[in-house]
Amino acid sequence: MMITVNGESRKITAETTLSDLLAQLGYVKGFAVALNGEFVPRTDYPETGIRTGDAVEILTPMQGG
Amino acid sequence: MREDLTDAELERYARHVILDEVGEEGQLKLLQSKVLVVGAGGLGSPILLYLAAAGVGTIGIIDHDVVDVTNLQRQIIHTTEEIGEAKVSSAAEKIEALNPDVEVIEHRMRLNAANAVEIVSQYDIVVDGSDNFTARYVTNDACFFAKKTLVSAALVRFEGQISTYKPHEGGPCYRCLFPSAPDADLVPRCDTVGILGSVAGVVGCMQATEVLKEILGIGTGLMGQLVLFDAWDMNQRKIKTKRDPGCALCGDHPTIMSVR
Repeated sequence: MMITVNGESRKITAETTLSDLLAQLGYVKGFAVALNGEFVPRTDYPETGIRTGDAVEILTPMQGG
Repeated sequence: MREDLTDAELERYARHVILDEVGEEGQLKLLQSKVLVVGAGGLGSPILLYLAAAGVGTIGIIDHDVVDVTNLQRQIIHTTEEIGEAKVSSAAEKIEALNPDVEVIEHRMRLNAANAVEIVSQYDIVVDGSDNFTARYVTNDACFFAKKTLVSAALVRFEGQISTYKPHEGGPCYRCLFPSAPDADLVPRCDTVGILGSVAGVVGCMQATEVLKEILGIGTGLMGQLVLFDAWDMNQRKIKTKRDPGCALCGDHPTIMSVR
């Protein structure tokens, strides 16, 4: 099924959770995730299923001031 | 506690007082409030100037650094003459010149595990305009332990992120969003990838506005919302955020028991 990750289309297999997707993409630490415009707390990653058409956004914190 | 503004205050703050949502009562709240600004840099400059102009009664500034020529492209509270001077003193002079009603407290040091809770506890609201993750986590953790509202923003290149953290009122803290910092060399810093100077002004003014709204108790604040601002196409949007029950600081089973 097709989803978007940071605005770019991506094909993933069915039954993928947010944890699976982040592991596939190589994200380990230092980011936040928004699914369809809503933040997902880290605790919820393993139970958050990804559906066709979902927009996943990986936000990197900024440190500059 | 005072109940009325003096004639001089009524005149100086006339454009606030005339706002129905502020009025004399709101202006008194501003005059009686105490705000700590972490970092007198790109964000800190407009934050300090607007909070001072607005008549925030006590403004604390914490910064260990001195003014450098490379700061002046965006850090508008400092001037060429002040290169080499402590940023806290340079900023304090401008604030005093702008509004003598404001009491300025200079903390020329870094906020660290040993001093953070004690310093933060002296204020009502804390504003994070620091330039590194270490300071951001120390500020967040100290605000959590001292139960202080934290209005936080950060910048890079043409972009900014802004949110308000109030875990004491059920909202998320900074660690709920970003449990740990990325490896420092993976995240660009203003000194390595740059920042368009005026973008610091836009984002700092947004932060100052959120601080005034928090003090006045008006409008919709940024608790539970992360604003992403991108000056490149002048785009601004909000992401709904929430507390993480698994947060190491403010979650149900915390593992961080003090600022470290």
